[in-house]
Amino acid sequence: MARRLTLTGNDAAAEAMRQIDPDVVTCFPITPQTELMHKFADFVADGEVKAEMVLVESEHSAMSAAVGAASAGARVMTATSANGLALMWEIVYIAASNRLPIVMPVVNRALSGPINIHCDHSDTMGCRDTGWIQLYSENAQEVYDNVLQAIRIAENPDVLLPVMVTFDGFIISHTVEVLDALEDKEASDWVGEYKAMYTLLDTEKPATFGPLDLQDYYFEHKRQQIEGMSNATEVIKSVGKAYEKLSGRAYGMTERYMTDDADYVVVALGSTCGTAKVVVDEMRAEGKRVGLLKIRSFRPFPHAEIVAGLASAKAIGVLDRSVSFGAPGGPVHKEILAALSGTGHQTSIVNYLYGLGGRDISLDHIRSVFEELETVAGKTIAPNEVRFIGLRG
Amino acid sequence: MSERSWKEIPIGGIIEEAGNADSYETGSWRTYRPIWDAEKCIHCLACWIACPDSSILLEDGKMVGIDYAHCKGCGICAFECPDKISALEMVLETDAAAAK
Ligand code: SF4
Ligand code: SF4
Repeated sequence: MARRLTLTGNDAAAEAMRQIDPDVVTCFPITPQTELMHKFADFVADGEVKAEMVLVESEHSAMSAAVGAASAGARVMTATSANGLALMWEIVYIAASNRLPIVMPVVNRALSGPINIHCDHSDTMGCRDTGWIQLYSENAQEVYDNVLQAIRIAENPDVLLPVMVTFDGFIISHTVEVLDALEDKEASDWVGEYKAMYTLLDTEKPATFGPLDLQDYYFEHKRQQIEGMSNATEVIKSVGKAYEKLSGRAYGMTERYMTDDADYVVVALGSTCGTAKVVVDEMRAEGKRVGLLKIRSFRPFPHAEIVAGLASAKAIGVLDRSVSFGAPGGPVHKEILAALSGTGHQTSIVNYLYGLGGRDISLDHIRSVFEELETVAGKTIAPNEVRFIGLRG
Repeated sequence: MSERSWKEIPIGGIIEEAGNADSYETGSWRTYRPIWDAEKCIHCLACWIACPDSSILLEDGKMVGIDYAHCKGCGICAFECPDKISALEMVLETDAAAAK
């Protein structure tokens, strides 16, 4: 039985955390994530969860405490945004390298400067190579669903990697939406009990955690991480299927929205996908063959699904909400080029940079992208020919 | 050291065998080797207290030598040995090896 709720994205994440009731939650406030942990702190104060909440003095400490608790065998969560994620940086790598299945909602915000608290993807795109799985969410429903699925993905013995569930700052985090949530019992059965493979506290099976690892074995440990990330693709899909059975809501690596026969496809992630779907519906009603390919899992990157989703496209518009300074295009664009290279698929790919620092993207903007794609089909577009949406000229 | 493949080792750098630092021979890191003069030594054990690598060997409460398989050559023992006694001297590893 679904419970229909009206919640902000932050509260939706907190609601999932309440139902998961992790052993340890480490926390340091940062806009726009702050309200998420406010809400969870309420649950702790009201005795609705048993979680040990550790209030620390910085995000570096929040991730360090998370690593310590996860090494001790606890199910651990934390949350952050932008500059907070940047301050965690060193330990973000260590969490992944030590194979600790920590789950962390990251509320996307521009990584300064000049200082800005609004949404773009510079924070999480900057740490796409840290070894964390990254699931991007379109709306509050997906925030809730992704947090619940992230626990099962992270803790899968073939994966054992931390997961970031990202969602757009303010646009999702502070907007009230209607969503369906599981019953408490369903949710706690879904996540089950976590049994760590090794724990600091197991005196019967003592082990050393995070030791010095030099030329003789470090490379092997990185190879194992590559394997865990590669295994995550199948695990994300199978967890998505199981979750669909439970909730009725389907999840995969990508979502193909009317792409099967589409001539013109926009690739995007996050809340912009919701906007793009409205435009796709409008233009389909006008008889235009347009579609949206939404990337849910950016790490691992869904190469096979991308190739399949873009099979019919004559022109593709890739929307990037962060800059890869000095590179030909944005991070998403580069991945799309890489996914299609060697497949023999001849198509025109245009990179659009948009929405930095929370700059709004409208229905008209996306419509103009589709209209431009109609004119470029068949043309060769240089990878560094980036176009800007909503920038004053 | 046995060199195992990435498929054979625990993930995340976990070491399953407790106390196996013993088999990690850090003596190869040494640039200077402490040379102990048994004649001069008064067995005050200042070196034993200070050695960060537990490399001063004792028997029945007396110093009997240095564990060169683990001694990293930091020189703390020679520094701590009382000035009037100077029973420990740091010698360049290459010179010590040549003198052998
Ligand atoms: S040189 Fe350093 S490591 Fe070696 S015995 Fe002396 S104090 Fe110990
Ligand atoms: S400090 Fe010097 S005198 Fe004292 S036990 Fe060590 S070597 Fe001997």
